[in-house]
Amino acid sequence: MGLEELVPDGILTTTVEKMVNWARRSSIWPATFGLACCAIEMMATSASRYDLARFGAEVFRASPRQADLMIVAGRVSKKMAPVLKRIYDQMPEPKWVISMGACASCGGEFKDYAIVQGVDTVVPVDVYVPGCPPRPEALIYGIMKLQEKIDRMKLKGDHPAPDMVVETPPPTGSTAGSGQTTPMSGVLPPNLGPA
Amino acid sequence: MSATTASEFKTITINMGPQHPSTHGVLRLIIELDGETVVSLKPVMGYLHTGMEKIMEAKSYTKSLTVTDRMDYLSPLGNNMAYVGAVERIMGLTLPERAQILRVILLELTRISSHLVWLGTHAIDLGAMSVFLYCFREREKLLDVNDMVAGSRMTPSYFRVGGFFLDVPDTFAPYVKKFVEEFPSSIDEYHNLLTKNRIWMKRTIGVGTITAEQAVALSVTGPTLRGSGLSYDVRKAMPYCGYETYQFDVPLGKNGDVYDRYLCRMAEMRQSLNIVRQGLDRLKPGPVRADNPYLFPARREDVKHGMEELIFHFKIMSEGFRPPVGDSYFSIESPKGELGFYVASDGEPLPYRVRVRPPSFINLQALEAMCVGRMVADVVACIGSIDIVLGEVDR
Repeated sequence: MGLEELVPDGILTTTVEKMVNWARRSSIWPATFGLACCAIEMMATSASRYDLARFGAEVFRASPRQADLMIVAGRVSKKMAPVLKRIYDQMPEPKWVISMGACASCGGEFKDYAIVQGVDTVVPVDVYVPGCPPRPEALIYGIMKLQEKIDRMKLKGDHPAPDMVVETPPPTGSTAGSGQTTPMSGVLPPNLGPA
Repeated sequence: MSATTASEFKTITINMGPQHPSTHGVLRLIIELDGETVVSLKPVMGYLHTGMEKIMEAKSYTKSLTVTDRMDYLSPLGNNMAYVGAVERIMGLTLPERAQILRVILLELTRISSHLVWLGTHAIDLGAMSVFLYCFREREKLLDVNDMVAGSRMTPSYFRVGGFFLDVPDTFAPYVKKFVEEFPSSIDEYHNLLTKNRIWMKRTIGVGTITAEQAVALSVTGPTLRGSGLSYDVRKAMPYCGYETYQFDVPLGKNGDVYDRYLCRMAEMRQSLNIVRQGLDRLKPGPVRADNPYLFPARREDVKHGMEELIFHFKIMSEGFRPPVGDSYFSIESPKGELGFYVASDGEPLPYRVRVRPPSFINLQALEAMCVGRMVADVVACIGSIDIVLGEVDR
């Protein structure tokens, strides 16, 4: 039961966009960018039990030139931030960033003079993975979310991919009942909307 | 063309790191090379500086404990122990026997899991990829122990000042017993993969040699020192947690090269198993908290019915406990070497000063002595054999 049985004529019709997105998301190559504790969990994710190879993202590249995903695994100190930016700049397009763990996402436990309070102040982040450190399952989930994001990419126009649209429920209660609609309603939740 | 080259063109300075897969973190090395031979080597640190000692001054004694987990993140319970031990020494606490035995068991399991990461990454650096997968297979079992007792794989914060917050679950002892039975065959497997491997021997024997005198002069501790043949182990020299009552050997090397340090750590894993086995035999039901009413919150049922208990619960959760005025130094044998915590208390709920003696940081200064005069490829072998953790070097 191979692909040839599903496609007996050997012809599939699809769009180039879907094809390219499929190829990109199925072989994400992360750069080895371990900083602190999270790096050990990142290693565990690629090792025996969790086996990141199932998601096509096991090829950790030592050179940023060969990588298209940077997993910022650990706390970023102010001394490290320029190095991180430089490594990000060296990666070829298209590239993505996963901020792994509380420290990389927001400084975590360390709100002090030495630690950058969130790596998104240095490089654009696509997926934040919470945890201290996140369990390997959480990192795998983050990579799957990134794959979904890559699937939505457009060949023409805006890269990076548009962020996920959060659908807010239609406002209920006073605003709907009174018949007044303001431009703000629908954007803000009902309790924060204009009175 | 003359045979001699002008001296300023003779050497080349290269920069290794801070982002390099073989530096075990964000270590940066400035290496001066003559051809491929290392002339001088200078570590540049601080790329992971977190300000942990300063942060601990602004957290209560219990909250500071969580910071220590993230220092040497390969042996979180070792850091907990050194910190907790220092505070307990200020307070003059004695622990119940069960707490002491559980600490010994958990510390030795942590030592094994730390050595497994060392072995896996050290082998990757020298080109043996598959060893890493074998090591992490066993390490996952040890992380499951952390998960079982504390609900977190890598940063358990399980030890508390005065013992434990909660006892281990009933599944703990059978699980560890099973691990102790299975693990020796895994060590044999690692030996099969590496010890007599011709490539491994060529890359490690005679590489990165430091003599015992050099090691002492550089204040090196842990397996890095013992590989040179000197027997110094804090568990024997200044016993804590009742280590003096356990039967175990301190493995020693002879030549002080990378291979001997490798053999030392491999033998240490077996000794750790030995200690765990003895601990499991002694484990009897009993209390796990020191007999001091000010350290732990009251029982939940009492908090629901008694006013005094409710007030006390609020006080200890919001403010913490107050050790007496004083200071103390407490050191343990961490997987890397002698890890010491100096804690000064001024009687307030926050530590006045915390200072760490990090073994990785001090062992790192032996790197130049190991590498000078050897090929640049041996630098990677030497870094791996010191077993540094940058979280502890930079703090």
